[in-house]
Amino acid sequence: MARLKFLCDSDRCIECNACVTACKNEHEVPWGINRRRVVTLNDGKPGERSISMACMHCTDAPCAAVCPTSCFYGTADALVLHDKDLCIGCGYCFYACPFGAPQYPRVGNFGGRGKMDKCTYCAGGPQQDNTAVEYMQYGSNRIAEGKLPLCAEMCSTKALLAGDGEIIAAIYRERVQQRGFGSGAWGWRTAYKQELTV
Amino acid sequence: MRALPVAACVLALSLVGTALAQQQEQAPGLPAGSAEVQSAAPEVGAGRGGPNSTQPNSSEPSLPTGQPRSAAPEGIAPRPPRPVTPIPAPPPMTARGGPDAAEVELQHALRGGVIQGMVSIPNQSAGILIQPEGRDWRGFRTRTLTIAGAALVLGMVVLLGILYFWKGPQRIEAGRSGRSIERYGPLERVNHWMVASSFVILGLSGLNITFGAYVLRPVIGAEAFTTFTLWTQAAHHFLSFPFTFGIIVMLLIWARDNLPARVDLAWIRAGGPFAKGHPPAGRFNPAQKGLYWFTILGGLVAAVSGYLLMAPALLDNISSQQVAHVVHAGMAMLMIAAILVHIYVGTIGAEGAFEAMSTGRVDFNYAREHNSLWVEERLTEARRSVAPADARTAGAD
Repeated sequence: MARLKFLCDSDRCIECNACVTACKNEHEVPWGINRRRVVTLNDGKPGERSISMACMHCTDAPCAAVCPTSCFYGTADALVLHDKDLCIGCGYCFYACPFGAPQYPRVGNFGGRGKMDKCTYCAGGPQQDNTAVEYMQYGSNRIAEGKLPLCAEMCSTKALLAGDGEIIAAIYRERVQQRGFGSGAWGWRTAYKQELTV
Repeated sequence: MRALPVAACVLALSLVGTALAQQQEQAPGLPAGSAEVQSAAPEVGAGRGGPNSTQPNSSEPSLPTGQPRSAAPEGIAPRPPRPVTPIPAPPPMTARGGPDAAEVELQHALRGGVIQGMVSIPNQSAGILIQPEGRDWRGFRTRTLTIAGAALVLGMVVLLGILYFWKGPQRIEAGRSGRSIERYGPLERVNHWMVASSFVILGLSGLNITFGAYVLRPVIGAEAFTTFTLWTQAAHHFLSFPFTFGIIVMLLIWARDNLPARVDLAWIRAGGPFAKGHPPAGRFNPAQKGLYWFTILGGLVAAVSGYLLMAPALLDNISSQQVAHVVHAGMAMLMIAAILVHIYVGTIGAEGAFEAMSTGRVDFNYAREHNSLWVEERLTEARRSVAPADARTAGAD
């Protein structure tokens, strides 16, 4: 099976936030929750670059390691998904996640966290694929339909790549060789313990 | 003098007629039918360069300005020399020695500190791109806390079991006297049990969060464990209030009796709880005082850090939340271990101790052995209230 990954080419990202909008619209994500966001480093200075970041579906995922109810599970494509019916909203995954991916609605006692929500790589959850129940909890399941995540599909400059790690790495390498520069794959070292050498 | 031709034109137009006037080209900026255009200021007068203007008299003859024109025709500026090798287009800003992603991540992973940027969404804390501290916190949660916590709590249970089977409960040496002395009033007892019952549930629900996934979840199944944990989590949240309130009450009513005294040094030097016989002690012996202050301070630390975790909006900073969790969990484990000792000594560890908190009264011999100075104090007080010092027997004088 494939090893699905995200790769954001920060030399191409123009911070248009289309990926953020596409994600929110596709999954009808409520207010205050951002499964994907665009972070701009050195904003307004020379060397400014933007990176679209969401759950990276890590190898040896920290969220799964610290969860007190073990609500995370991995798929055959090495995606890290979670079961909202088992989540208690403790926030441990948020403390452990290097990318700040877990998001919580503020519905708990004393403004505490409700059940965690995060990027599913458009792969839904443990419910039956493409059912109303699954859509309510996790949003649409494009992977089950044979499509890739909408954020990457919508990207106007094709900065955000989604797909098998080998294939998107090859695309990125080819780009870097053609244009002569590239700052690397942000988050890959942290998420996949792997550096993308060109 | 622009006004003159305009005025003449207007005059002519009025003579020819309005029909012709519309075909005529009007002066720019002049609305149809306006009689005359007036300049903003009269162009005649002193200093305005009109025919009546006068220049100031000067002895200096006016000098010609500028330079005489050169005879050579004006040329075009010479072209810059054409470069032999073409100048390459400059690389974009992102490629000018910018940091490499893997390198930046490695630096931050080694040195610590988040990779921070800017986001255009309202949640500004989402501007943290990568936070390597999560890895350290993960190590605390999955290794340090679980291993050290389990060792501490289980080790303490084993230690107390060994103590019980080795030395057995501490008996009242003089046997029960049959008389009792009041040790704790109703407020003290009610408050103690409020704190105690909250603490037991807080401790067990906390241990469930830490160890439940390894211990309880395989036994009762994932769904049942989540339901159970949700309920214990709610209990953990709500029982924190009576616990914290009770700790503050304890601080108010018992602080005076728990201040360190000179006699405590002798008690410790004699061997403390393992001393031969019973070294003299006040209302609370140094071990009890130590537990008291540990419970008060530890309880307050656990309460504050717990409230910061309970309402995440209070601490909108991921590193602070990690620190709050480490403090809360570490302090909770230490308190559980300490309270295990307290429960042992208060129930099966020492004969006659439990009734102090259940009935409020202890056996007189128990009190005389464990808290001799306090008993003497109470006896003196009692004698004084029965027969005040200045009272004299009737008819003595």
